[in-house]
Amino acid sequence: MTLSQAPAAPAPLDVSAIRGDFPILDRMLDAETPLVYLDSGATSQRPRQVLDAEIDFLTRDNAAVKRGAHRLAEAATDAFESARARIGAFVGVARPEQIAFTKNATEALNVLAYALGDPDSSRSDQLRVSEGDEILITEMEHHANLVPWQELARRTGATLRWIPLAEDYTLDLTDLDSLLTERTKVFALTHQSNVLGTVNPVAELASRAHEVGALVVLDACQSVPHMSVDLPALGVDAAAFSGHKMLGPTGIGVLWGRDDLLAQLPPVMTGGSMIETVTMERTTFAEPPARFEAGTPMISQAVGLAAACDYLDALGMDAVAAHERGLTRRAVEGLSQLPGVRVIGPEVTTERAGAVSFDLAGRHPHDVGQVLDSRGVEVRVGHHCAWPLHRRYGLAGTTRASFSVYTTTAEIDALIDGMGAVIDFFARFE
Amino acid sequence: MDLSSLYTDIVFEHDKRPLHAGLREPFEAEVHHVNPTCGDEITLRLHLGGDADAPVVEDISYDATGCAMSRASASIMSDLLIGHTTSENEPVAEHLDRVMHARGEEQGDEEIIGDAVALQGAAKFPNRVKCVLMSWKAYQSALIEARGALGWSA
Repeated sequence: MTLSQAPAAPAPLDVSAIRGDFPILDRMLDAETPLVYLDSGATSQRPRQVLDAEIDFLTRDNAAVKRGAHRLAEAATDAFESARARIGAFVGVARPEQIAFTKNATEALNVLAYALGDPDSSRSDQLRVSEGDEILITEMEHHANLVPWQELARRTGATLRWIPLAEDYTLDLTDLDSLLTERTKVFALTHQSNVLGTVNPVAELASRAHEVGALVVLDACQSVPHMSVDLPALGVDAAAFSGHKMLGPTGIGVLWGRDDLLAQLPPVMTGGSMIETVTMERTTFAEPPARFEAGTPMISQAVGLAAACDYLDALGMDAVAAHERGLTRRAVEGLSQLPGVRVIGPEVTTERAGAVSFDLAGRHPHDVGQVLDSRGVEVRVGHHCAWPLHRRYGLAGTTRASFSVYTTTAEIDALIDGMGAVIDFFARFE
Repeated sequence: MDLSSLYTDIVFEHDKRPLHAGLREPFEAEVHHVNPTCGDEITLRLHLGGDADAPVVEDISYDATGCAMSRASASIMSDLLIGHTTSENEPVAEHLDRVMHARGEEQGDEEIIGDAVALQGAAKFPNRVKCVLMSWKAYQSALIEARGALGWSA
């Protein structure tokens, strides 16, 4: 679970055995059309092991956590807190206190953006965004790591700046020195673009950001499900990722932060479970992570997500990454052969991961996706919550195929054949 | 799955050679509508004639980006509505709206909605209904704005 490169290539995944764990993959969309699910970047499917873990918990140990003295409450609390530790370990975090659960990754990023904008002057100036400060993001961000910072800038009078995208679908770091300065309070970036598949040089950028004293926030939604990620080793200060993109349940996201950061941040949501003492006049708050978990949390989802971590670790994240690299290469090479199809993303030789977006000249992605769907090939169409990225490349949208551990090479071929059929279908009307 | 009910020849004809496309003067209202889930956009201008009691749609001009369904819909709509009074147009828009929300259970009447019957295949694909209706919603907003600009309250 470190970033160190294993000398030997991992053994390939046994995809047909893996598929046996995912009941949904056997379903037919209609009498003749099997499901070819290529939208795991939007949400991944869940193996029986994850579903069973939730059912086992709910049929044996379910109770409200962290309150009540009865034995069932203790069992539920144990399951919940063990899940926290398990999920932390999956991303290299040894201290479960650094893991707070949110309803999704979007909420985790919003918690950071709101907490950093809280005007309480008793907090260190380094962790308080105010007028005159700058927030740096990138042009490739998902709206979830863009709009909260835009809004933080609006609330505080800070200025939002961004690292532009280059022609080769990577970040254009030419002017980094003028973008990342002593004025930069927060630098928020994605580990891996949900559209382009580009993997950013996070460790290098985080170290540059720390030289100017900026706090580094990582959107790890698209990296944690697909490669071995050690968040502390990347050198970032905080990160967010979501359960449902990594074979886990919806309704759970993860906010990770360094001890000193979380200890200083104020709560954003308040209420039960996050307090220390309450009088009619004032309240003091619990230590992290409870401070960021107001109300009854998502308990069975945490148990399910821990089971997803077990599942992925049993496969081995290096093997998962190698599997998806192979699929990506096959998809990029196959799609690039087709007339009018242009892959919107970096070359397969560069560091790049399992999301392949493409444009078909003269055809809107909705029309492309509709014809692919008629063949059972389920892809995402549109701007994929990254509208500025698409504008940057003069595109209204793209068609995106994204992969997971259960994706087969036959499914990649179904996509490529399907695109051939899309081209033929629309040619009839020319 | 049969795509022919969705992608009819009429849809492609309008997609390829959209009628009344482009932005023209004069106009009393210009609106910009987007479909936030897919990023489709239309800028639509409306020019009214006639008088406060019987406004006439003299011109609808537009610039639309989007899928075949949404572009065809803008083309068909402008051709249907131009030259008619706004009260003549009302039942047209209402009928199309009802057909599009009927999930394929209600057939469109060609006497009322003309070429727009070619769009009704989208009613069976709930995520495509908004593609068809974007330009119609833009027209309705533009109508309210244009009446306001002319002092012709509805």
